[in-house]
Amino acid sequence: MENNEKELQVKALKNGTVIDHIPSDILFKVVSLLQLDSVKNQITIGNNLTSKRMGKKGIIKISDRYYEEEEISRIALIAPDAKINIIRNFEVIEKKVLSLPDSFTGIVKCPNPKCITNNEPMKTKFEVIKKNPVVLRCPYCEREIQQEDIQLL
Amino acid sequence: MSSKSIVSITDYSKDQILSILDSAATFEANPNQTLLNGKVAATLFFEPSTRTRLSFETAVNRLGGRVIGFSDASTSSSVKGETLNDTIKMVSNYADIIIMRHHLEGAARYASEVTSVPIINAGDGSNQHPSQTILDLYSIRKTQGRLDNIKIAMVGDLKYGRTVHSLLIALNHFSPQFYFIAPDELRMPEEYKIICDEKGIPYEEQTEFDTDIINEVDILYMTRVQKERFTDQMEYEKVKNVYTLRNKMLEQSKDNLRILHPLPRVNEIDMDVDANPKAYYFEQARNGLYARQAMICNALGLI
Repeated sequence: MENNEKELQVKALKNGTVIDHIPSDILFKVVSLLQLDSVKNQITIGNNLTSKRMGKKGIIKISDRYYEEEEISRIALIAPDAKINIIRNFEVIEKKVLSLPDSFTGIVKCPNPKCITNNEPMKTKFEVIKKNPVVLRCPYCEREIQQEDIQLL
Repeated sequence: MSSKSIVSITDYSKDQILSILDSAATFEANPNQTLLNGKVAATLFFEPSTRTRLSFETAVNRLGGRVIGFSDASTSSSVKGETLNDTIKMVSNYADIIIMRHHLEGAARYASEVTSVPIINAGDGSNQHPSQTILDLYSIRKTQGRLDNIKIAMVGDLKYGRTVHSLLIALNHFSPQFYFIAPDELRMPEEYKIICDEKGIPYEEQTEFDTDIINEVDILYMTRVQKERFTDQMEYEKVKNVYTLRNKMLEQSKDNLRILHPLPRVNEIDMDVDANPKAYYFEQARNGLYARQAMICNALGLI
């Protein structure tokens, strides 16, 4: 079964976090969202892997690293269908389904240059209007932001 | 009653809108009162707007309050690089209410988060200008005797015109029928049509500004078609006179028709309309005083 095969891949990691089912075209956006370029842990990145469900997909495996819920849920901003597996001693001990909170601060930049958040030393804030595909709303300038227009801070 | 900020027309429920309009009517009957005796209002105009500022300041003065503030950011410390946060916190030490206009969108919402003093948004960029909406509603109710089931044509720049967007949202409480008349470049944005669809509010959309529609409606809401909105100046030259209202176009219009315009007008209403009793835009501006008196007293929890 396809599932078993996937678990084999996952089990190849001894301890750490696996982010699976990332759309191939945004894999490297996820890499930068998690700032993996500055992480010293062993990282395996696979892209354009065949997937029955998605056609092509990307996968990221990070050794010996576990993320806080808030940190990892950011991925849902750009890849709401990605799956997170937590591995300890070659076993998947937890599968997380990403879920955005109803609102959050920071992480994303408001794309409106005339928005107060881009002109005042303050944190951005967003309401999540839709979760998949993601639609955000800036409560300051009241603009709505579609998933493809989301810019990370 | 507690005090509260008014940043957007959506901060008011339908009942609150009606109650503000009722108070505005009492201020029209008796504009000089002492409700604001001993109170200080700050008018912070980071972006100049003489018309709006004078209206707000008159509203405070006629209720016995005092005004501090500035009418241009170049005379404030924001030119020295002071943040909005700091300016608002500083002024909050002096004033009971802050009325502010700013060129940045969301400035008033942010200000309302950094102070406990109530903020009234007197315009934040192209975002919100709730007192304009209240005075528009007041003018409609006063001239038509009701707000429900109004047939209203919005003409001109429906894309960037924040007054028509806020008015559309507020009128949606009252089962209106809309006619959107604009050149293709300046059509009503989809998001506002979706809001109407969701509420089952009927609207028609067309590019021609003709007497068929003028003769049909109760309110003709004219807006300025601004030259700078067009990338193609030829297109502007073509369009600018198409959306001009002339007196002869009003011959067959309904007796109760009134023409509104947020002002300033340029050439979208010909001067020959001014003498027509259906022209209401100057009275509309005066209604702004009563609307603002009501909003200030409401924000301070006085009514």
